[in-house]
Amino acid sequence: MTTPHVVVVGASLGGLRAAEQLRARGFEGRVTVIGEERHLPYNRPPLSKEVLADAGDNDPGRLHGRVEFRRKASTADVDFALGVPVVGSDLARRELRLGTGERLRYDGLVLATGLRPRRLDLPGPVQGRHSLRTLDDCVGLRAELAGLTEPSVTGERTSVVVIGAGFIGCETAATLVKRGCDVTVVEPFGAPMERVLGSDLARAVQRHHERAGVRFVLGASPAAYVEDPTAPQRVRGLRLADGTVLDADLVVESVGSLCNTEWLDGNGLDLRDGVLADNDLRVVGAERVVVVGDVARFPNPLFDDVPRRVEHWSIPTETAKRAATTLLAELTGSAPDPLPFAPVPSFWSDQLDLRLQSFGSPGLADEARLVEGDLDRLADGVLLTYHRLGSHVGTIAVNLPPARQRELREEFLARTPAIPVSA
Amino acid sequence: MKIIVDLNLCQDHGQCAIAAPAVFRMNDDGKLEYEEIAEESRRAEVEEAADVCPVQAILIEG
Repeated sequence: MTTPHVVVVGASLGGLRAAEQLRARGFEGRVTVIGEERHLPYNRPPLSKEVLADAGDNDPGRLHGRVEFRRKASTADVDFALGVPVVGSDLARRELRLGTGERLRYDGLVLATGLRPRRLDLPGPVQGRHSLRTLDDCVGLRAELAGLTEPSVTGERTSVVVIGAGFIGCETAATLVKRGCDVTVVEPFGAPMERVLGSDLARAVQRHHERAGVRFVLGASPAAYVEDPTAPQRVRGLRLADGTVLDADLVVESVGSLCNTEWLDGNGLDLRDGVLADNDLRVVGAERVVVVGDVARFPNPLFDDVPRRVEHWSIPTETAKRAATTLLAELTGSAPDPLPFAPVPSFWSDQLDLRLQSFGSPGLADEARLVEGDLDRLADGVLLTYHRLGSHVGTIAVNLPPARQRELREEFLARTPAIPVSA
Repeated sequence: MKIIVDLNLCQDHGQCAIAAPAVFRMNDDGKLEYEEIAEESRRAEVEEAADVCPVQAILIEG
Protein backbone atom coordinates (compact mmCIF):
# COMPACT_ATOMS: atom_id res chain seq x y z
CA MET A 1 0.00 0.00 0.00
CA THR A 2 1.23 3.53 -0.76
CA THR A 3 1.49 5.84 2.22
CA PRO A 4 -1.89 7.27 3.13
CA HIS A 5 -3.00 10.81 2.27
CA VAL A 6 -4.51 12.85 5.11
CA VAL A 7 -6.66 15.85 4.21
CA VAL A 8 -7.31 18.52 6.82
CA VAL A 9 -10.30 20.71 6.01
CA GLY A 10 -9.85 24.09 7.68
CA ALA A 11 -6.63 26.15 7.79
CA SER A 12 -6.92 28.02 11.04
CA LEU A 13 -5.37 27.10 14.39
CA GLY A 14 -7.02 23.66 14.61
CA GLY A 15 -6.08 22.64 11.06
CA LEU A 16 -2.50 23.84 11.50
CA ARG A 17 -2.05 22.06 14.81
CA ALA A 18 -3.54 18.86 13.36
CA ALA A 19 -0.97 18.87 10.54
CA GLU A 20 1.84 19.54 13.04
CA GLN A 21 0.69 16.79 15.37
CA LEU A 22 0.48 14.24 12.55
CA ARG A 23 4.12 14.97 11.74
CA ALA A 24 5.10 15.05 15.43
CA ARG A 25 3.76 11.49 15.68
CA GLY A 26 5.93 10.33 12.80
CA PHE A 27 3.36 10.32 10.02
CA GLU A 28 5.28 10.56 6.74
CA GLY A 29 2.43 10.42 4.23
CA ARG A 30 1.02 13.30 2.27
CA VAL A 31 -0.83 16.00 4.25
CA THR A 32 -3.03 18.57 2.52
CA VAL A 33 -4.63 21.45 4.45
CA ILE A 34 -7.52 23.14 2.66
CA GLY A 35 -8.62 26.60 3.79
CA GLU A 36 -11.45 28.81 2.63
CA GLU A 37 -9.61 31.98 3.68
CA ARG A 38 -6.79 33.19 1.45
CA HIS A 39 -4.37 33.56 4.38
CA LEU A 40 -1.99 31.05 5.91
CA PRO A 41 -3.04 30.18 9.48
CA TYR A 42 -2.99 33.17 11.83
CA ASN A 43 -3.87 33.99 15.41
CA ARG A 44 -7.34 35.46 15.81
CA PRO A 45 -7.46 36.81 19.41
CA PRO A 46 -5.43 39.98 18.61
CA LEU A 47 -8.01 40.98 15.97
CA SER A 48 -10.38 42.38 18.61
CA LYS A 49 -7.53 43.76 20.72
CA GLU A 50 -4.03 44.87 19.62
CA VAL A 51 -4.69 44.82 15.88
CA LEU A 52 -8.00 46.68 16.17
CA ALA A 53 -6.51 49.14 18.69
CA ASP A 54 -3.85 50.25 16.25
CA ALA A 55 -4.95 52.88 13.74
CA GLY A 56 -1.87 52.49 11.53
CA ASP A 57 -1.05 50.58 8.34
CA ASN A 58 -4.04 48.62 7.04
CA ASP A 59 -2.28 46.54 4.38
CA PRO A 60 -3.76 43.02 4.72
CA GLY A 61 -0.45 41.31 3.94
CA ARG A 62 1.47 43.24 6.58
CA LEU A 63 -1.31 42.83 9.15
CA HIS A 64 -1.28 39.10 8.42
CA GLY A 65 2.47 39.11 9.05
CA ARG A 66 1.81 40.42 12.56
CA VAL A 67 -0.48 37.53 13.48
CA GLU A 68 0.66 34.64 11.28
CA PHE A 69 1.62 31.42 13.08
CA ARG A 70 5.23 30.36 12.69
CA ARG A 71 5.67 27.52 10.23
CA LYS A 72 7.35 24.59 11.94
CA ALA A 73 10.09 22.80 10.03
CA SER A 74 8.16 19.55 10.40
CA THR A 75 5.32 20.92 8.26
CA ALA A 76 7.52 22.27 5.45
CA ASP A 77 6.14 19.60 3.10
CA VAL A 78 2.48 20.06 4.07
CA ASP A 79 0.45 21.38 1.13
CA PHE A 80 -1.76 24.36 1.90
CA ALA A 81 -4.58 24.91 -0.59
CA LEU A 82 -5.89 28.36 0.34
CA GLY A 83 -8.91 30.28 -0.86
CA VAL A 84 -10.58 26.95 -1.63
CA PRO A 85 -13.91 26.13 0.01
CA VAL A 86 -14.95 22.51 0.41
CA VAL A 87 -18.58 22.41 -0.70
CA GLY A 88 -19.55 18.78 -0.24
CA SER A 89 -18.39 15.37 0.81
CA ASP A 90 -19.07 11.67 0.42
CA LEU A 91 -17.42 10.08 3.43
CA ALA A 92 -18.36 6.54 2.39
CA ARG A 93 -16.31 7.05 -0.80
CA ARG A 94 -13.66 9.12 1.04
CA GLU A 95 -14.12 11.97 -1.36
CA LEU A 96 -14.49 15.76 -1.02
CA ARG A 97 -16.00 18.21 -3.48
CA LEU A 98 -14.10 21.50 -3.73
CA GLY A 99 -15.43 24.90 -4.71
CA THR A 100 -13.22 24.70 -7.80
CA GLY A 101 -15.32 21.77 -9.05
CA GLU A 102 -12.53 19.28 -8.38
CA ARG A 103 -12.93 16.12 -6.33
CA LEU A 104 -10.29 15.15 -3.80
CA ARG A 105 -9.77 11.65 -2.35
CA TYR A 106 -8.39 11.04 1.10
CA ASP A 107 -7.39 8.10 3.27
CA GLY A 108 -7.81 9.99 6.54
CA LEU A 109 -9.76 13.19 7.18
CA VAL A 110 -9.51 15.90 9.84
CA LEU A 111 -12.47 18.25 10.19
CA ALA A 112 -11.33 21.69 11.33
CA THR A 113 -13.76 24.08 9.65
CA GLY A 114 -14.61 26.01 12.81
CA LEU A 115 -17.26 28.67 13.06
CA ARG A 116 -18.46 31.78 11.31
CA PRO A 117 -20.23 34.74 12.92
CA ARG A 118 -23.99 34.63 13.03
CA ARG A 119 -25.37 37.70 11.24
CA LEU A 120 -28.58 39.56 12.05
CA ASP A 121 -31.30 39.57 9.44
CA LEU A 122 -32.43 43.17 9.99
CA PRO A 123 -33.99 45.51 7.44
CA GLY A 124 -32.15 48.67 6.41
CA PRO A 125 -28.91 49.75 4.79
CA VAL A 126 -25.95 47.40 4.54
CA GLN A 127 -22.88 49.68 4.50
CA GLY A 128 -21.41 50.07 7.96
CA ARG A 129 -22.44 46.62 9.23
CA HIS A 130 -19.55 44.51 10.41
CA SER A 131 -18.70 41.29 12.17
CA LEU A 132 -15.29 40.37 13.53
CA ARG A 133 -13.79 36.92 13.16
CA THR A 134 -11.39 36.88 10.23
CA LEU A 135 -8.42 39.05 9.34
CA ASP A 136 -10.36 40.40 6.37
CA ASP A 137 -13.22 41.35 8.73
CA CYS A 138 -10.71 43.25 10.84
CA VAL A 139 -9.18 44.99 7.81
CA GLY A 140 -12.68 46.09 6.74
CA LEU A 141 -13.52 47.43 10.17
CA ARG A 142 -10.20 49.25 10.50
CA ALA A 143 -10.59 50.77 7.04
CA GLU A 144 -13.99 52.16 7.91
CA LEU A 145 -12.81 53.46 11.28
CA ALA A 146 -9.92 55.23 9.55
CA GLY A 147 -12.33 56.85 7.08
CA LEU A 148 -14.69 57.96 9.83
CA THR A 149 -12.03 59.28 12.17
CA GLU A 150 -11.20 62.17 9.86
CA PRO A 151 -14.22 64.33 10.71
CA SER A 152 -13.11 64.06 14.33
CA VAL A 153 -11.18 67.29 13.80
CA THR A 154 -14.61 68.88 13.94
CA GLY A 155 -14.95 67.45 17.44
CA GLU A 156 -17.42 64.75 16.46
CA ARG A 157 -16.58 61.28 17.69
CA THR A 158 -17.27 58.13 15.69
CA SER A 159 -20.34 56.40 17.14
CA VAL A 160 -20.22 52.65 17.26
CA VAL A 161 -22.98 50.27 18.30
CA VAL A 162 -21.85 46.78 19.27
CA ILE A 163 -24.68 44.25 19.20
CA GLY A 164 -24.09 41.40 21.63
CA ALA A 165 -22.27 41.58 24.97
CA GLY A 166 -20.32 38.33 24.73
CA PHE A 167 -16.53 38.19 24.90
CA ILE A 168 -15.88 39.45 21.34
CA GLY A 169 -18.46 42.21 21.77
CA CYS A 170 -16.98 43.37 25.08
CA GLU A 171 -13.38 43.21 23.83
CA THR A 172 -14.38 45.17 20.73
CA ALA A 173 -16.22 47.76 22.82
CA ALA A 174 -13.23 48.16 25.16
CA THR A 175 -10.78 48.54 22.26
CA LEU A 176 -12.94 51.06 20.40
CA VAL A 177 -13.67 53.22 23.45
CA LYS A 178 -9.90 53.39 23.98
CA ARG A 179 -9.59 54.49 20.33
CA GLY A 180 -11.83 57.44 21.17
CA CYS A 181 -15.11 56.13 19.75
CA ASP A 182 -18.45 56.67 21.38
CA VAL A 183 -19.51 53.05 22.09
CA THR A 184 -22.89 51.58 23.00
CA VAL A 185 -23.36 47.85 23.56
CA VAL A 186 -26.85 46.47 22.93
CA GLU A 187 -27.64 43.10 24.48
CA PRO A 188 -31.08 41.46 24.39
CA PHE A 189 -30.41 39.17 27.35
CA GLY A 190 -28.50 39.59 30.62
CA ALA A 191 -25.40 41.45 31.73
CA PRO A 192 -22.17 41.23 29.68
CA MET A 193 -20.76 37.71 29.37
CA GLU A 194 -23.18 36.66 32.10
CA ARG A 195 -23.61 33.09 30.84
CA VAL A 196 -19.94 32.42 31.59
CA LEU A 197 -19.11 34.91 34.36
CA GLY A 198 -22.31 34.61 36.39
CA SER A 199 -24.36 37.68 37.24
CA ASP A 200 -22.21 39.20 40.03
CA LEU A 201 -18.96 39.28 38.08
CA ALA A 202 -20.80 40.19 34.86
CA ARG A 203 -22.34 43.26 36.53
CA ALA A 204 -18.99 44.22 38.04
CA VAL A 205 -17.32 44.03 34.62
CA GLN A 206 -20.18 46.09 33.18
CA ARG A 207 -19.64 48.82 35.81
CA HIS A 208 -15.93 48.77 34.99
CA HIS A 209 -16.67 49.28 31.28
CA GLU A 210 -19.17 52.03 32.12
CA ARG A 211 -16.55 53.93 34.13
CA ALA A 212 -14.38 53.84 30.99
CA GLY A 213 -17.22 55.33 28.93
CA VAL A 214 -18.89 52.28 27.36
CA ARG A 215 -22.70 52.49 27.49
CA PHE A 216 -24.85 49.36 27.82
CA VAL A 217 -28.45 48.96 26.71
CA LEU A 218 -29.51 45.62 28.17
CA GLY A 219 -32.73 43.75 27.56
CA ALA A 220 -33.20 45.54 24.23
CA SER A 221 -33.69 43.90 20.85
CA PRO A 222 -32.42 45.46 17.62
CA ALA A 223 -35.21 45.96 15.08
CA ALA A 224 -33.79 47.77 12.04
CA TYR A 225 -30.84 49.71 10.72
CA VAL A 226 -31.53 53.38 10.05
CA GLU A 227 -30.26 54.91 6.83
CA ASP A 228 -28.01 57.96 6.65
CA PRO A 229 -30.16 60.60 4.85
CA THR A 230 -27.06 61.99 3.16
CA ALA A 231 -25.67 58.62 2.04
CA PRO A 232 -28.09 56.01 0.74
CA GLN A 233 -27.41 52.43 1.80
CA ARG A 234 -25.17 53.66 4.62
CA VAL A 235 -26.00 52.99 8.29
CA ARG A 236 -26.62 56.04 10.49
CA GLY A 237 -28.26 54.33 13.45
CA LEU A 238 -29.89 51.29 14.97
CA ARG A 239 -33.58 51.24 15.88
CA LEU A 240 -34.54 49.07 18.84
CA ALA A 241 -37.79 47.16 19.24
CA ASP A 242 -39.14 49.88 21.59
CA GLY A 243 -38.58 52.56 18.92
CA THR A 244 -35.43 54.11 20.43
CA VAL A 245 -32.82 55.01 17.82
CA LEU A 246 -29.14 54.79 18.74
CA ASP A 247 -26.65 56.81 16.67
CA ALA A 248 -24.20 54.60 14.81
CA ASP A 249 -21.61 55.43 12.17
CA LEU A 250 -20.90 51.74 12.18
CA VAL A 251 -22.21 48.62 13.84
CA VAL A 252 -20.39 45.48 14.93
CA GLU A 253 -22.62 42.41 15.18
CA SER A 254 -21.19 39.95 17.70
CA VAL A 255 -24.16 37.72 18.31
CA GLY A 256 -22.60 34.28 18.42
CA SER A 257 -21.47 31.83 15.81
CA LEU A 258 -22.66 29.16 13.41
CA CYS A 259 -20.79 25.91 12.78
CA ASN A 260 -19.30 25.40 9.33
CA THR A 261 -20.67 21.92 8.78
CA GLU A 262 -22.99 22.27 5.77
CA TRP A 263 -20.38 20.59 3.56
CA LEU A 264 -20.84 17.42 5.65
CA ASP A 265 -24.59 17.18 5.05
CA GLY A 266 -25.84 13.93 3.58
CA ASN A 267 -23.38 11.64 5.37
CA GLY A 268 -25.70 10.69 8.23
CA LEU A 269 -23.58 12.50 10.87
CA ASP A 270 -25.00 14.19 13.95
CA LEU A 271 -24.48 17.88 13.04
CA ARG A 272 -27.03 19.43 15.40
CA ASP A 273 -24.38 21.61 17.09
CA GLY A 274 -21.01 21.08 15.48
CA VAL A 275 -19.84 17.55 14.75
CA LEU A 276 -20.56 14.83 17.30
CA ALA A 277 -17.42 12.94 18.29
CA ASP A 278 -16.46 10.41 20.91
CA ASN A 279 -13.91 11.10 23.64
CA ASP A 280 -11.07 10.30 21.20
CA LEU A 281 -12.37 12.92 18.71
CA ARG A 282 -13.44 10.16 16.31
CA VAL A 283 -16.46 11.42 14.38
CA VAL A 284 -19.46 9.29 15.30
CA GLY A 285 -20.81 7.49 12.23
CA ALA A 286 -17.71 7.80 10.04
CA GLU A 287 -14.48 5.89 9.57
CA ARG A 288 -11.01 7.45 9.50
CA VAL A 289 -12.49 10.87 10.28
CA VAL A 290 -11.62 12.99 13.33
CA VAL A 291 -12.64 16.51 14.33
CA VAL A 292 -10.72 19.29 16.09
CA GLY A 293 -11.32 22.79 17.43
CA ASP A 294 -14.50 24.65 18.27
CA VAL A 295 -16.64 22.67 15.82
CA ALA A 296 -15.95 19.42 17.76
CA ARG A 297 -18.70 18.30 20.15
CA PHE A 298 -17.10 15.78 22.49
CA PRO A 299 -17.54 14.60 26.08
CA ASN A 300 -14.96 15.71 28.65
CA PRO A 301 -14.78 13.38 31.67
CA LEU A 302 -13.52 16.27 33.81
CA PHE A 303 -17.16 17.33 33.95
CA ASP A 304 -19.55 14.56 32.82
CA ASP A 305 -20.39 12.48 29.74
CA VAL A 306 -22.32 15.17 27.87
CA PRO A 307 -20.71 16.06 24.50
CA ARG A 308 -20.14 19.82 24.24
CA ARG A 309 -18.41 22.24 21.92
CA VAL A 310 -15.85 24.50 23.57
CA GLU A 311 -15.09 27.85 21.94
CA HIS A 312 -11.80 28.55 23.70
CA TRP A 313 -8.47 29.26 22.05
CA SER A 314 -6.80 26.39 23.94
CA ILE A 315 -9.10 23.75 22.46
CA PRO A 316 -7.79 23.50 18.86
CA THR A 317 -4.29 22.74 20.16
CA GLU A 318 -5.52 20.21 22.73
CA THR A 319 -7.93 18.42 20.41
CA ALA A 320 -5.40 18.28 17.56
CA LYS A 321 -3.03 16.17 19.66
CA ARG A 322 -5.64 13.62 20.56
CA ALA A 323 -7.26 13.59 17.13
CA ALA A 324 -3.88 12.98 15.45
CA THR A 325 -3.20 9.99 17.72
CA THR A 326 -6.68 8.60 17.04
CA LEU A 327 -6.49 9.03 13.28
CA LEU A 328 -3.03 7.47 13.01
CA ALA A 329 -4.17 4.50 15.08
CA GLU A 330 -6.89 3.90 12.50
CA LEU A 331 -4.68 4.54 9.47
CA THR A 332 -1.43 2.88 10.44
CA GLY A 333 -2.31 0.60 13.35
CA SER A 334 -0.21 2.67 15.79
CA ALA A 335 -1.23 2.62 19.45
CA PRO A 336 -4.27 4.65 20.44
CA ASP A 337 -4.10 6.73 23.64
CA PRO A 338 -5.41 4.53 26.47
CA LEU A 339 -6.17 7.44 28.81
CA PRO A 340 -9.42 9.39 28.72
CA PHE A 341 -9.11 12.75 26.95
CA ALA A 342 -9.77 15.36 29.64
CA PRO A 343 -8.40 18.76 28.59
CA VAL A 344 -8.72 21.66 31.04
CA PRO A 345 -10.63 24.35 29.17
CA SER A 346 -8.93 27.70 29.58
CA PHE A 347 -9.55 31.17 28.23
CA TRP A 348 -8.36 34.70 28.74
CA SER A 349 -9.86 38.01 27.76
CA ASP A 350 -8.21 41.43 27.88
CA GLN A 351 -10.67 44.31 28.32
CA LEU A 352 -9.51 47.83 29.26
CA ASP A 353 -7.10 47.32 32.16
CA LEU A 354 -8.58 43.93 33.08
CA ARG A 355 -7.33 40.48 32.24
CA LEU A 356 -9.82 37.70 32.86
CA GLN A 357 -8.30 34.22 33.05
CA SER A 358 -10.39 31.10 33.42
CA PHE A 359 -9.80 27.41 34.08
CA GLY A 360 -12.51 24.80 33.76
CA SER A 361 -16.07 25.51 32.65
CA PRO A 362 -17.59 28.28 34.78
CA GLY A 363 -20.50 28.36 32.34
CA LEU A 364 -21.71 25.01 33.71
CA ALA A 365 -22.02 26.36 37.26
CA ASP A 366 -25.15 27.09 39.28
CA GLU A 367 -23.23 29.07 41.90
CA ALA A 368 -20.30 31.52 41.92
CA ARG A 369 -18.28 32.20 45.07
CA LEU A 370 -16.10 35.26 45.54
CA VAL A 371 -12.90 33.92 47.10
CA GLU A 372 -10.63 36.98 46.99
CA GLY A 373 -10.92 40.68 46.31
CA ASP A 374 -13.69 43.23 45.91
CA LEU A 375 -16.01 43.20 42.89
CA ASP A 376 -15.99 47.01 42.89
CA ARG A 377 -12.18 47.00 42.58
CA LEU A 378 -11.66 44.43 39.82
CA ALA A 379 -8.37 45.96 38.67
CA ASP A 380 -6.85 45.17 42.08
CA GLY A 381 -7.52 41.46 41.54
CA VAL A 382 -10.42 39.13 42.29
CA LEU A 383 -10.81 35.36 42.33
CA LEU A 384 -14.07 33.45 41.95
CA THR A 385 -14.75 29.75 41.97
CA TYR A 386 -17.73 28.22 40.18
CA HIS A 387 -19.71 25.25 41.39
CA ARG A 388 -22.33 22.88 40.04
CA LEU A 389 -24.31 21.01 42.67
CA GLY A 390 -21.48 21.91 45.04
CA SER A 391 -18.69 20.54 42.80
CA HIS A 392 -15.96 22.92 41.65
CA VAL A 393 -16.29 23.20 37.85
CA GLY A 394 -14.39 26.40 37.11
CA THR A 395 -12.21 29.27 38.31
CA ILE A 396 -12.00 32.83 37.06
CA ALA A 397 -9.22 35.20 38.07
CA VAL A 398 -9.25 38.89 37.22
CA ASN A 399 -5.90 40.69 37.33
CA LEU A 400 -4.22 38.13 39.58
CA PRO A 401 -0.45 37.78 39.21
CA PRO A 402 0.60 35.44 36.38
CA ALA A 403 2.79 33.55 38.84
CA ARG A 404 -0.44 32.25 40.37
CA GLN A 405 -1.89 30.80 37.15
CA ARG A 406 -0.21 27.46 37.58
CA GLU A 407 -1.28 27.13 41.19
CA LEU A 408 -4.89 28.09 40.33
CA ARG A 409 -5.02 25.52 37.54
CA GLU A 410 -3.64 22.83 39.83
CA GLU A 411 -6.10 23.75 42.56
CA PHE A 412 -8.91 23.48 40.06
CA LEU A 413 -7.74 20.04 38.93
CA ALA A 414 -7.27 18.84 42.51
CA ARG A 415 -10.76 19.91 43.52
CA THR A 416 -12.53 18.61 40.46
CA PRO A 417 -14.11 15.28 41.29
CA ALA A 418 -16.11 14.01 38.31
CA ILE A 419 -14.94 10.92 36.49
CA PRO A 420 -11.39 9.82 37.37
CA VAL A 421 -9.14 10.81 34.49
CA SER A 422 -6.16 8.60 35.22
CA ALA A 423 -8.30 5.68 34.03
CA MET B 1 17.88 23.69 21.92
CA LYS B 2 17.88 27.48 22.09
CA ILE B 3 14.83 29.41 23.28
CA ILE B 4 14.09 32.97 22.21
CA VAL B 5 11.16 34.95 23.60
CA ASP B 6 10.11 38.12 21.81
CA LEU B 7 9.71 40.31 24.87
CA ASN B 8 8.03 43.02 22.79
CA LEU B 9 5.23 40.54 22.16
CA CYS B 10 5.16 38.83 25.57
CA GLN B 11 2.20 39.93 27.70
CA ASP B 12 3.00 37.83 30.75
CA HIS B 13 0.06 35.45 30.35
CA GLY B 14 2.06 32.74 32.15
CA GLN B 15 0.80 29.83 30.03
CA CYS B 16 4.39 28.78 29.20
CA ALA B 17 5.11 28.48 32.91
CA ILE B 18 2.19 26.04 33.20
CA ALA B 19 3.36 23.97 30.22
CA ALA B 20 7.11 23.91 30.98
CA PRO B 21 7.71 25.01 34.57
CA ALA B 22 11.34 23.84 34.52
CA VAL B 23 12.13 26.29 31.74
CA PHE B 24 9.71 29.21 32.13
CA ARG B 25 8.56 30.89 35.33
CA MET B 26 6.74 34.07 36.29
CA ASN B 27 8.59 36.01 38.99
CA ASP B 28 7.04 37.86 41.91
CA ASP B 29 6.78 41.01 39.78
CA GLY B 30 4.65 39.09 37.28
CA LYS B 31 7.42 39.07 34.67
CA LEU B 32 8.72 36.14 32.66
CA GLU B 33 12.06 34.49 33.44
CA TYR B 34 13.29 31.62 31.29
CA GLU B 35 16.24 29.42 30.43
CA GLU B 36 17.76 30.39 27.10
CA ILE B 37 19.18 26.91 26.56
CA ALA B 38 17.13 23.83 27.42
CA GLU B 39 18.03 20.15 27.46
CA GLU B 40 16.89 18.14 24.45
CA SER B 41 14.91 15.94 26.87
CA ARG B 42 12.60 18.91 27.50
CA ARG B 43 11.73 19.45 23.82
CA ALA B 44 8.13 18.22 24.11
CA GLU B 45 7.25 20.54 26.98
CA VAL B 46 9.06 23.52 25.44
CA GLU B 47 7.16 22.98 22.18
CA GLU B 48 3.97 22.78 24.19
CA ALA B 49 4.87 26.11 25.87
CA ALA B 50 5.44 27.72 22.46
CA ASP B 51 2.13 26.34 21.14
CA VAL B 52 0.05 27.59 24.08
CA CYS B 53 1.54 31.10 24.19
CA PRO B 54 -1.47 33.34 23.46
CA VAL B 55 0.70 35.88 21.63
CA GLN B 56 3.03 33.27 20.02
CA ALA B 57 6.13 34.99 21.40
CA ILE B 58 8.28 31.87 21.86
CA LEU B 59 10.71 30.72 19.19
CA ILE B 60 12.67 27.47 19.43
CA GLU B 61 15.92 27.17 17.50
CA GLY B 62 17.73 23.95 16.84
